[in-house]
Amino acid sequence: MEAWIRARVTLALTLFALLFFVSRSSPPRQFVISNAERRIDLSSHIINVHLTLKVENTGTRPASEVVLALTPTEVDHLAMVDALAIKGKRKKTTSVHLEVKPTELPDAPPIDAKYFTIYLADPLNSGESTTLEVLYVFMHFLEPFPAEIAQSESQLVFYHDTALILSPYHIKQQTTFIKTPSTKVESFIRVEPTNRVGTEIKYGPYEDCPPYSISPIHVHFENNSPFAVVEELVQEIEISHWGNIQVTEHYTLVHAGARHKGVFSRVDYQSRQFSNGASSFRYLLARLPARVHSVYYRDEIGNISSSHLRTNSLKSELEIEPRYPLFGGWKATFVIGYGLPLQDFLFESSDDKRYLNFTFGCPLIGMVVDKLTIKVVLPEGSTDPSPVVPFPVEHRLEL
Amino acid sequence: MATMPASASDLLKSFKLKTKQQELLIRVSILCLVYILAFITRLFSVLRYESMIHEFDPYFNYRTTLYLTENGFYDFWNWFDYESWYPLGRIVGGTLYPGLMVTAVLIYRILRFLRFAVHIREVCVLTAPFFASNTTLVAYFFGKEIWDSGAGLVAAILIAVCPGYISRSVAGSYDNEGVAIFALLFTFYVFVKAVNTGSLAWSLASAFGYFYMVSAWGGYVFIINLIPLYVLVLLITGRYSMRLYVAYNCMYILGMLLAMQIRFVGFQHVQSGEHMAAMGVFFLMQVFYFLDWVKHMLSDTKLFQAFLRITVTSAVAVGGIALGLGMVSGYISPWTGRFYSLLDPTYAKDHIPIIASVSEHQPTAWSSFMFDFHILLFLFPAGLYFCFKRLSDATIFIVMYGLTSMYFAGVMVRLILVATPAVCLISAIAVSATVKNLTVLLRSKNKVVQTGSTKGSGGSKSSSKALLDQSQPFQKNGAIALLFGAFYLLSRYATHCTWVTSEAYSSPSIVLAARGAHGNRVIFDDYREAYFWLRQNTPQDAKVMSWWDYGYQITAMGNRAVIVDNNTWNNTHIATVGRAMSSYEDEAIEIIRSLDVDYVLVVFGGVTGYSSDDINKFLWMVRIGGGVFPVIKEPDYLVNGEYRVDKGAAPKMLNCLMYKLCYYRFGEMMTEYGKPPGYDRARGVEIGNKDVKLEHLEEAFTTSNWIVRIYRVKPPNNRW
Repeated sequence: MEAWIRARVTLALTLFALLFFVSRSSPPRQFVISNAERRIDLSSHIINVHLTLKVENTGTRPASEVVLALTPTEVDHLAMVDALAIKGKRKKTTSVHLEVKPTELPDAPPIDAKYFTIYLADPLNSGESTTLEVLYVFMHFLEPFPAEIAQSESQLVFYHDTALILSPYHIKQQTTFIKTPSTKVESFIRVEPTNRVGTEIKYGPYEDCPPYSISPIHVHFENNSPFAVVEELVQEIEISHWGNIQVTEHYTLVHAGARHKGVFSRVDYQSRQFSNGASSFRYLLARLPARVHSVYYRDEIGNISSSHLRTNSLKSELEIEPRYPLFGGWKATFVIGYGLPLQDFLFESSDDKRYLNFTFGCPLIGMVVDKLTIKVVLPEGSTDPSPVVPFPVEHRLEL
Repeated sequence: MATMPASASDLLKSFKLKTKQQELLIRVSILCLVYILAFITRLFSVLRYESMIHEFDPYFNYRTTLYLTENGFYDFWNWFDYESWYPLGRIVGGTLYPGLMVTAVLIYRILRFLRFAVHIREVCVLTAPFFASNTTLVAYFFGKEIWDSGAGLVAAILIAVCPGYISRSVAGSYDNEGVAIFALLFTFYVFVKAVNTGSLAWSLASAFGYFYMVSAWGGYVFIINLIPLYVLVLLITGRYSMRLYVAYNCMYILGMLLAMQIRFVGFQHVQSGEHMAAMGVFFLMQVFYFLDWVKHMLSDTKLFQAFLRITVTSAVAVGGIALGLGMVSGYISPWTGRFYSLLDPTYAKDHIPIIASVSEHQPTAWSSFMFDFHILLFLFPAGLYFCFKRLSDATIFIVMYGLTSMYFAGVMVRLILVATPAVCLISAIAVSATVKNLTVLLRSKNKVVQTGSTKGSGGSKSSSKALLDQSQPFQKNGAIALLFGAFYLLSRYATHCTWVTSEAYSSPSIVLAARGAHGNRVIFDDYREAYFWLRQNTPQDAKVMSWWDYGYQITAMGNRAVIVDNNTWNNTHIATVGRAMSSYEDEAIEIIRSLDVDYVLVVFGGVTGYSSDDINKFLWMVRIGGGVFPVIKEPDYLVNGEYRVDKGAAPKMLNCLMYKLCYYRFGEMMTEYGKPPGYDRARGVEIGNKDVKLEHLEEAFTTSNWIVRIYRVKPPNNRW
């Protein structure tokens, strides 16, 4: 009996492996994208690209892997890729989260591209179609031009892309919408049909694009949103026996936009607020967990008095102001620290282990973090700690 | 149930203390309370602002302490600091008194060892209050030594809250004086103890106290001159004794040897004119001892008189010749300017403008005596009276300490600090003696009544007192009234001290606070804004030129090299900066380029009405600059001897670099409603030159309230 079960398991495994092999080797061209819509949001320095794909299986076999292609520069600046499958029609839609993994394509196409595979929850049968929503988040992708600006100038940036979506599949119809933060657009490349209304530039619709077709464009526009980048964030989470978690965050903040050039005039900055120092920023908002206490905000030379804390039962907001407004290329370092009640974050499981459930990331809103280190200081007597993070991270144990 | 109250009363009985024990308990608890009080009354600034270092000099101390904690003692001792006095640099180990830093680091290490994870900054901030608390203990023992334990307790209480001492020992005032006053009082106390007992152990302790003082503050010169003076007075008044001989010789020799270990002091004890008095007294002491011995050996008084005359004359002659030779050959350095300026209050004004320019070196005004001493000022003469009434070796010492330090306090504002312990002790004697006399009067009368009614065994004593009572009928009422008066005065003193501490001495001066239009507190954190901007947004090797007041702060908080800072040993360098500030821009740029300056920093109060800014300090820059470079003449900046910045100002004033840097684009600024643009709130005038153009410098940063303005030196134009 037992042997029989084992045999079945082995068989199943083999079958699975076979299936896997088969699906790997199958050319991706069995899909056709019947409709693609791309919405690019350029209103801040974090670029969100929403891609809605209607995928149709024109092959003979059911398939479950849809391949996305990105240019190498895009991949370099890619912070996040996420995919959803939309089910149902009209108002009764539900979305299912799908797994996305970087892959290599064995039959390398002539074009230089990087690939991601979306694993559909259910294989798509021949002739069926489904709708996928893909979200890309890019950072450090806008190139300030001119690279140095004076105080009275506003910040202009370049956005490079292609009017046609890079894809290993045939796309029957596609449209791209680019949303700029203001109506001030210096220049953009037209790929007819192109239409600009207000803050939106519409490329397309383009019909019947063969796989790997591209058409480079750029948009040169004004973007005065704060290009706030945390070059390095070291977060220390200290767990105390006494019912408290002390969090200390060391920030190295930089304005990563066009560099400030020449004079900084306080008269102009104070009296002509809108036309002067438009790309600089003064305030940052941190969203801290609820029930936060003993919040402090300081740097190497002491307390920074310009901060406000608003708390309610659901969330706490800390508005902080660096000592001086940050212009392009200016830096500031500071430390935010706060205490949290332990019972909100520490859970005990039945296997006599304790779990700390803490959000990975930076509480400051609209912030890009280049390098993040999280140190968890465990109380004395803890043994065998292990982190569980939903994405790959480097981790090590220091004693 | 019935046994319970009985056993409780037994227990109570066993707890009941004898009078002596009660007194001890009260004394110890008072001391503990005073100890705590002295600490917490100095925490106003921490509660109101934050745990931060105050003023200017403490920032250097803090920076060196930080270096000491990070790099250890030997690196600290050999530290060459290239960030100050660019391009000269500073040999830190050889140019500072390390006592304060070593103390702070020691406390820090001890706390670390005890597993208190504190930051060195907190230790530095709280060092001065901690030592102030310790000073109260020393004051108690000192008072006990010279008068009685009651006087000691009063002295401890008075010194715990005395504004004259608090001004230099609030939390955050991390300066040498913080620990030095403790060391000073400790040395004096132990020395008096040694003189009273003739014990070698106590004089050894005083030598070590002296060593600590030398390691902590330049004010040790006061000790090394006061103690010989005191010994001399004792010798003259015929109070020479073996106890004095042991105490002074041991203290002087050992103290001198120990003090030589401090690199900054080095061989000054045998080479500098300021230390020669101690050496002279030391030799005189030996002559006295020798004479004593001869007197013991010779029975003939006439012969001894002759011998005495010859010996004293020859000893004085030899001493005088030795001193003269030393002076001429240059082996003994003459007195320094600082010393002269102490003896002659007008000396600095004529000869050393750099000393005179510091506000704390000005002669003291009466108001600040009143402010810092309050009722002690009246109690001090009363205390002197009591001291003279009961003259002893110890009271002579305190009288001399009080009188000399009072004189110095009159010469320089900052020396009120040195006078404070003496004033407190002498006033404590007055308070304690008065209160004691009055209470004795009250009590004895009660006793007389009691003894008269219950027992008839009072005898002649009680009858005589009853007689006394009859002679002064309102004595009891008078005593009660006087007692109430004394307590009223003392309570006023306590109120005054708390008020002064909270209002005047607890502001960090690096963060300014003002009341807003709606009574809310507005904080001007401009200094740190500017320093942090320098730290983050200028190249690592940038050199900053500013007036010397801000040098320590720029290096400590801005972490950039400065041209001059608060350690004013090189007058020429400071004068060069003064000259640059007071020249026209095209002349100044030559100096600025020759000094390799990248940024120029000025402090300007015209927008906020902050009065201790560079424009108000500017005349000192002119004077100090003019002292070395005669090109700069003070009258060029004045109109009819008047210093102005408005339209009527001197043309040189309106176009010098300092004026331009302070008022650059200020003419467009509306500072106050109903006033023309360019209205300077610190001086209350509309500025004279509103169209300031800069050619070689450009505005790099101005803080939100304009208090600090930083200019970048433009690179020279291309030549073709």
